[in-house]
Amino acid sequence: MKGITRISLLSVSLVTGLSGFSAKANTPRAEAQAAPAMVAVKIDNFSFGPQSISISAGTKVTWTNRDDIPHTVVSTEGVFKSHVLDTDDSFSFTFDKPGTYPYFCSVHPKMTGQVVVK
Amino acid sequence: MISKKKSDLLLVDHNHDGVDRRGFLKCMAWAGTGALCVMQGGVLKSFSLSRPSEIDPAAAVGELRFVQISDSHMGFNKPANPDVTATLKVAVDKIRALPSVPEFLLHTGDISHLSKPEEFDAVDQILKDTGKEVFYVPGEHDVVNDDGQQFRDRYGKGSPGAGWRSFDKSGVHFIGLVNVMNLKAGGLGTLGAEQLKWLEKDLQSHSKSTPIVVFAHIPLWSVYPEWGWGTDDAAQALSYLKGFGSVTVLNGHIHQIMQKVEGNITFHTAASTAFPQPAPGTADSPGPMKVPAEQLRKVLGITDVQFVRGKDALAVVDSNLA
Repeated sequence: MKGITRISLLSVSLVTGLSGFSAKANTPRAEAQAAPAMVAVKIDNFSFGPQSISISAGTKVTWTNRDDIPHTVVSTEGVFKSHVLDTDDSFSFTFDKPGTYPYFCSVHPKMTGQVVVK
Repeated sequence: MISKKKSDLLLVDHNHDGVDRRGFLKCMAWAGTGALCVMQGGVLKSFSLSRPSEIDPAAAVGELRFVQISDSHMGFNKPANPDVTATLKVAVDKIRALPSVPEFLLHTGDISHLSKPEEFDAVDQILKDTGKEVFYVPGEHDVVNDDGQQFRDRYGKGSPGAGWRSFDKSGVHFIGLVNVMNLKAGGLGTLGAEQLKWLEKDLQSHSKSTPIVVFAHIPLWSVYPEWGWGTDDAAQALSYLKGFGSVTVLNGHIHQIMQKVEGNITFHTAASTAFPQPAPGTADSPGPMKVPAEQLRKVLGITDVQFVRGKDALAVVDSNLA
């Protein structure tokens, strides 16, 4: 895509829905006040930790499997779906649209989590 | 590893043959430490596996004998068992050394660990050494990434759906069910409407006196729902089995031996040939359980099943790999 949309605090809700795009904070002011662009979720002991996270639109979430058994990260609404993750494998997804995104492990469906995007 | 839940100690004399079911189930617990318990004509006998010469093959004969193995998890290589190939080979040796030759094998799933082609290939190769036909149902580890396409291509040819099928051997009707597809968030195993419809129809063409063996990966009874050890719509499947005189349900998934008798149905779960898992609720999660290396083979195993005409319950005997 052409150019990088600068995200300021007042216009967070106007972010476009293009996935895979990470916002570059070019001004120190925006950087200091913006939420972190990356959030980590650890998969261990048949659970996602934290089980529920709240992020700003445009944030990339990375799940890393630290369990000794494989897991997957699958959106219940079909928004994202990882390949099977063995120990130390990762999967990332950037959330551009606000909303609540429940997900689960398709191999062990009792494992559930959610991402709340503001 | 053996369940100590009260529900296992049912005292119903299902066969009306005076078999002490409490004794049978106690014997199953010994099986985890090296005893072979055999029901011969309704009488329970036990033999230590360290003295196989005492097992008289002529006395332990029925119309049909087969072996259930499960959860080979080919590709797993973590501390709980760094060499699942070796332990699967020990299981094959055990099968070949059984006092009476089984006619075929049932594999109740989690054949592979990550649904990789080379993992399926390795298991195929190793089980070839038994010289027996193998019937497979998939575990959740066998259908990752490709919605079970590989499983269907390899083991499910002729199946109207995801790999479920039925066949007959010596007058016993076998039904392989698939309960690891389309799992829903927060849910358990699931059979789905299409498969249930197929099952109902399949059973209609068999008389109630036909012995039935159902095999599926995830337990068809509620072993421990908190850990996903159960099947959401199993009750409907089991309702179709009402009225049949002899129903045996063989499952895997939980990597430990458990047995439950409910009316005309005997439920049995097999040990894994790869690694054990904790008893329900005894750990944070149902992951691979590490045991001292010298004890690993004691908690892995195979299941020998025998059908004797005239007896309602199949004789199910577990033996470990030690």
